[in-house]
Amino acid sequence: MDIIEVKELTKRFGDLLAVDHVSFTVEKGEIFGFLGPNGAGKSTTISMLATILTPSGGDAMISGFSIRRQRDAVRHSIGMVFQDPSLDNRLTAEENLRFHARLYGVPKEDYRRRMEEVLRLVDLWARKRDIVETFSGGMKRRLEIARGLIHYPDVLFLDEPTIGLDPQTRALLWDYVLKLKHDRAMTIFMTTHYMDEAEYCDRIAIMDHGKIVALDTPANLKRQLGGDIIRIESSQKDALQKELEHKLDTPIRQEGNALQFEVADGAKFLPRLLQEVQTRVEAVELRKPTLDDVFLSLTGRNIRKEEAPDQGQGPARGRP
Amino acid sequence: MTQKEHYYPVHFLQAMTTIWQREITRYRRDRTRVVSTIVQPVMFLIVFGSGFRQTLATGLGMDFLAFMYPGTIAMTVMGVAFFSTVSTVWDREFGFLKEVLVAPIPRTAIALGKTTGAATMASVQALILLALAPVIGVELHPARIPLLILYMVMLSLSVSGLGLLVASLMKTTESFGIVIQILIFPMFFLSGAFFPLTEVPQWMEVLSNLNPLTYGVDAFRQVILRGDIPPEVAHKIFLYPLPVNGLFLLGFSTVMVLAAVIAFNKKS
Repeated sequence: MDIIEVKELTKRFGDLLAVDHVSFTVEKGEIFGFLGPNGAGKSTTISMLATILTPSGGDAMISGFSIRRQRDAVRHSIGMVFQDPSLDNRLTAEENLRFHARLYGVPKEDYRRRMEEVLRLVDLWARKRDIVETFSGGMKRRLEIARGLIHYPDVLFLDEPTIGLDPQTRALLWDYVLKLKHDRAMTIFMTTHYMDEAEYCDRIAIMDHGKIVALDTPANLKRQLGGDIIRIESSQKDALQKELEHKLDTPIRQEGNALQFEVADGAKFLPRLLQEVQTRVEAVELRKPTLDDVFLSLTGRNIRKEEAPDQGQGPARGRP
Repeated sequence: MTQKEHYYPVHFLQAMTTIWQREITRYRRDRTRVVSTIVQPVMFLIVFGSGFRQTLATGLGMDFLAFMYPGTIAMTVMGVAFFSTVSTVWDREFGFLKEVLVAPIPRTAIALGKTTGAATMASVQALILLALAPVIGVELHPARIPLLILYMVMLSLSVSGLGLLVASLMKTTESFGIVIQILIFPMFFLSGAFFPLTEVPQWMEVLSNLNPLTYGVDAFRQVILRGDIPPEVAHKIFLYPLPVNGLFLLGFSTVMVLAAVIAFNKKS
């Protein structure tokens, strides 16, 4: 069953088309990831789905409710964890939850049980009476997840949930998210620009300049690249590119001082290539594709180089 | 598509009291603010009580302190009510406002929760000031206290509403502070707290007619002093009939809260 159905969703900010007629569906119980560089339109999309921003065009249904016409029903149906902290630091963990539960109409008789349940889920039960100010960044994030769950939403939205956290805390947070999926069949919609995190998703949509450029499981996306990635370093990379392009019919990209392309069976292909090639080669690398490579082959850009906010056109390097 | 079984509409009043309660909890937890609530009125009374009585000779035909006392209450109410609405700007700065704004509740309930929160704290401080009246020699008839409290609450709501409107337009605590500073002094001087407004230039009269503090000071003064001062003095210092004061304050609060809701909707 589709729990989110997005049709032609569009958002304009003046001249900028931040989200450009985006359509997709999310199934019940899956972790759906929105992947892309900063400024790709991920947060704008999630904000429209969470009814924080009004779309310029199109619509989306969440649990059967329209984000345009039934905002309050949508708000009851979703839990939201924002990109930036949104807890009251002067209140205790429990007070933050109670505030949320009351605004979302959780029945009084259910509140205690649910509060304990969600706090235990994120291992904060023992800290429930502590002021949030004393919490670490990771604990605050977990408390926000608990808060987003206490009104029993159908979908949990996580907007860049691990941004600003150290690698260990990030991994721990992922344990909780995966536990949610396995123990409670929670549907999770998240955005990230960390490629390794996208691997946890059941399906990912890769977004670039307001459009979805690919949507599939991480495994399928990587399979599309056609097997293995070969990277060759050479001081004469222009000459090498010419030579390789003459010999192979696969697109070859320049990546810094190296060339990169995909082949079906790299282990067999590489020795043959090195025997034949005339141009001087300094180093060779053979590896399995990552989502980074998928992104690179789809957009011609490397997602990691786009960390800085980028609203306009990125440099379209090496795209044939 | 099936209707969600756990979809509860939240009652307006529950949303409003939840917002209100958080304001109070935060206030109680802030020791500095609790202490200043008590210290500030005492300080006012010492300054106004001993200082002004000696240095200001008045041609009012009445004790200046008794004339000033209602204004002191009004000023305290104004200060606390304004300062308390800064919490909305803090919420925006620290991100908590998002949590409130995406909740499935009406914006009016948010604005009213915030306004009544600030008004509660302002009223508490005014009550402390009221309790101190005998200390500085102002006589209060116990029968008049309920009416006085009613007007305190109405003035608190008006100023909190104005504060909320300013807060909903401001992005940082600094800019909020500046605007409030700019508002506080003219509002105080044009309120009739220091001098009677019955013989002032036209422009001043126009401005003070728009000032909620004018109506608060006038109402406090009438409730506290009526019957204790000669009629010709009363004629000189009282401005409006009491119900007019009340109606203005209620109307002003309503307009401010609605304007704040519109400002919120525009901004987010």
